[in-house]
Amino acid sequence: MSEEKNNIPKETLFSPKNKRLLSDPIGKENPITVQVLGICSVLAVTVQLRASLVLAIAVVAVMGLANVIISILRHGIPPRIRIIVQLTVVASLVILVDQVLKAFVYDVSRQLSVFVGLIITNCIIMGRLEAFALNNKVWPSFLDGVGNAAGYGSILLLVAAVRESLGSGTLMGYQVIPDFMYNIGYVDNGFMILPPMALITVGVIIWIHRHRDRALVDVS
Amino acid sequence: MSNRYVFMYASVMVIVVALVLSTAATLLRPMQERNMRIEKMQNILSTIGISAPRGEAIELFDQYIAQTKVLNHLGEEIEGDAFEVDLQDENRKPVEERQLPLFIADVDGELFYIVPVRGNGLWGAIWGYLSFRGDLTTIAGANFDHASETPGLGAEISDPPFERQFVGKKIFDEDGEFKPVVVVRGGAPSDDDHAVDAISGGTITSNGVTAMIRNGLEVYKPYFLKKKTS
Repeated sequence: MSEEKNNIPKETLFSPKNKRLLSDPIGKENPITVQVLGICSVLAVTVQLRASLVLAIAVVAVMGLANVIISILRHGIPPRIRIIVQLTVVASLVILVDQVLKAFVYDVSRQLSVFVGLIITNCIIMGRLEAFALNNKVWPSFLDGVGNAAGYGSILLLVAAVRESLGSGTLMGYQVIPDFMYNIGYVDNGFMILPPMALITVGVIIWIHRHRDRALVDVS
Repeated sequence: MSNRYVFMYASVMVIVVALVLSTAATLLRPMQERNMRIEKMQNILSTIGISAPRGEAIELFDQYIAQTKVLNHLGEEIEGDAFEVDLQDENRKPVEERQLPLFIADVDGELFYIVPVRGNGLWGAIWGYLSFRGDLTTIAGANFDHASETPGLGAEISDPPFERQFVGKKIFDEDGEFKPVVVVRGGAPSDDDHAVDAISGGTITSNGVTAMIRNGLEVYKPYFLKKKTS
């Protein structure tokens, strides 16, 4: 094992390849806009930026840790029960996150209600465990997990910012539309608060994303 | 890999996970319980129109809640700490043995009587608080919550538009007969003092609210009647 290591040139922590693991999922391999995964939680929690931020952080934590744990265990996991092992790891991490939220940010935890628990069912997480962490070393797996979660989280925050500012006139709970706008007859768009607008906002983001990166356009 | 290895692996994994999770749950419990107590105070205060921020809930609760009592089914005061009574346990006991908590709030000299109620929705428990004016007939405010009702449907019982409907409704009719508020599917007549509109798509939860209010208030009836006549 040690001889083998000496033959391969040592990779730095942030080699170009490793950086790409982190940056690709935020851009051209974004789990939401390119792979169109994890849409359901985007619809549900993006009414307010604060809840989205907490969920994004929770997903980053769960995904980074789950990828690391599975990567550490990857040689020992019996292939026949690997999905069960993955599920157990993810589920335990989610329960931990849920307990921590209940202890430290109770209001947000109430607001997110079932969606913290539903992180378990977020197909992005199981997908990365199965496709990446099972076959890669610990550090790249960590970057891959954090990168994908950040890609998911960034869209979550973008959609939430659009919906909260146009739907409630606030960001993180603070008023952003000045009072004089309301005085001259501006009205918050109540439709923005409803789930369909999350879908439409995601659609617009996908549109812009593909307009800027032609390689993503599916011609078939 | 042999079956033996798979079994061993799974067993060890489950034990490790169980240890980690139970340790975390034990360590975090005190903080979670404090949060739940604060939320309970916020809910009780909201029925008398006071919205208490997290940080000030304990202070405001002490300021406005003048008295807490535990009653028995005859409406007599008994020993106990009203805040600590768990309705979930009480509702399982026969009526004669139940402890009934009552909170009396003093808002600028006007007294409000606040009682907790608890029942079942579609998927799990629903609960809430109702506050009554000094006549012990008119509802001054309501606050409901639920464990796992469907978001957008049954879960709307905990939204202010549903709760506000209860303000001004009555639980005794003109003749002094007990007539609790019912949640009516398809809409309640606007002049009906004993009914509010149900939630579309949340019929079972709405019926649960009706049952919860009837069962929850019925046990307080002796106390209310005694108080009304005195």
